[in-house]
Amino acid sequence: MPAMFISIAIEDSVHKDQELCNRLVSMCPVDIFEISEKSQLITVEENLDECTLCNLCIEASSDEQIKIEKLYRSDSN
Amino acid sequence: MRFYEYEAKEVLKKYSIPLPKSLFVKDSDSAFNAAQNLSTDVVIKSQVLSGGRMKAGGIDFANSPEEVKEKSRIILELEINGLLPVGILIEEKKKITQEYFAAVTYDGRAKKPVIIFSDMGGIDIEEVANSHPEHLSRTHFSAARPFSPFTAKNAVAAVGVTGRELNQLSAIVTNLCNLFLERDLTLAEINPIGKLEDGSIIALDCHLDMESEARNTHSALLAEIGVPEEDNRQSRPPTQFEIDAANVDAADTRGVAGNLTEFDGNLGLIIGAGGGSLTLFDAVRAAGGKPANYCEIGGNPSVAKAANLTKLICSQPKVDKVAVMMNVVSNTRVDIVARGVIKGCIEAGFDPAEKIAIFRIPGSWEEEGFALLERYGVDYVDRSVSMHEAAQRAVEKMKGI
Ligand code: SF4
Repeated sequence: MPAMFISIAIEDSVHKDQELCNRLVSMCPVDIFEISEKSQLITVEENLDECTLCNLCIEASSDEQIKIEKLYRSDSN
Repeated sequence: MRFYEYEAKEVLKKYSIPLPKSLFVKDSDSAFNAAQNLSTDVVIKSQVLSGGRMKAGGIDFANSPEEVKEKSRIILELEINGLLPVGILIEEKKKITQEYFAAVTYDGRAKKPVIIFSDMGGIDIEEVANSHPEHLSRTHFSAARPFSPFTAKNAVAAVGVTGRELNQLSAIVTNLCNLFLERDLTLAEINPIGKLEDGSIIALDCHLDMESEARNTHSALLAEIGVPEEDNRQSRPPTQFEIDAANVDAADTRGVAGNLTEFDGNLGLIIGAGGGSLTLFDAVRAAGGKPANYCEIGGNPSVAKAANLTKLICSQPKVDKVAVMMNVVSNTRVDIVARGVIKGCIEAGFDPAEKIAIFRIPGSWEEEGFALLERYGVDYVDRSVSMHEAAQRAVEKMKGI
């Protein structure tokens, strides 16, 4: 079943920074990120709804490179 | 963990509680030999982890080894509440002139152990409590300090027992309390305690329950009385619903969601937090609801785990609605549980707004959780609504009120 509550957008600039990609993969407590065969940072669909909203990924990146959307909130607070 | 009567009597023996002579056997030939050995009239008692043995025909009397053999054969094949006996106890039959009741258990409200004593033993103690309260005493004591025999004496004397009986019964109750405390029991009951024609007093039937978690601590005692390590002592085999729930819990180490016991009702329960599950289960029943299950959730399970549990409960044909209720939570997150139960409902093919009778989990991340519940139209309440009121609301919804 696709994620129902959380959507995560990854900006293109993230993929160019392999160190950042690796950091995001290792820091997310619920394994939401992984590196694809094409060395791109991607999200793991079945883990998306586990997002704890801890914001570690946002703090580790910059300039809205990672955007988390709560699909159940119209105001996306 | 409940003991069979023959095991419980071995334990009582170790605490110097007087008992009639008895022998545990597994077949009718051994029963014949046991009766010859005892060379007196005997009682044949089915060894089954179920109440109502007498009514079901699981207890009978015999005057000769031949009669014992014949009746044992019948009792060994007799199913009681769906359970076959593991054997039978052949016990000396005693002439009783008076029966007493003694039990030690925990009083959840007082947060202390309590001795319940009555001089009207052999019958349902609830009945005595209702119709003859003056024949029943309740005496609390400390689980932290050594037990004082004076407390036992007070408990027995409180129903008017005096003289030689008072001394004998006080000694039995003292030993029962020591057994209760030293062996981590949750219930130690002797019913009836019988006074014989010669004035001596003995324990005729007993019921001991040990904390399952204490099994390791008391492994030597359990080995001594022959309880195998792998014997989990469930009073009935687990149902498929219970097995599936245990699998949900085992598949994901995050949190607890799946310690489930099945019941006959139609209201699925996802409950927990700081003793809240028992309170909520009782609250549902007190409000006239019929739980389809008891099931604890806590320790911040993953969304997937809460979803799989909810899906399982919602998928049971007998479950009309589920109530998701907890005490105030701190380490479990309201929004994570809310995500899980909504997802589980939808995955099972139901509308969460229809299927979830009530969601009452106040605590950490509740604002986020409530936003989510609102989005899916689920009826939720915050901590201003007590657990009892929430249970009442769930039951009213089941009745269409
Ligand atoms: S907010 Fe936390 S849990 Fe969610 S994706 Fe970022 S690191 Fe993972």
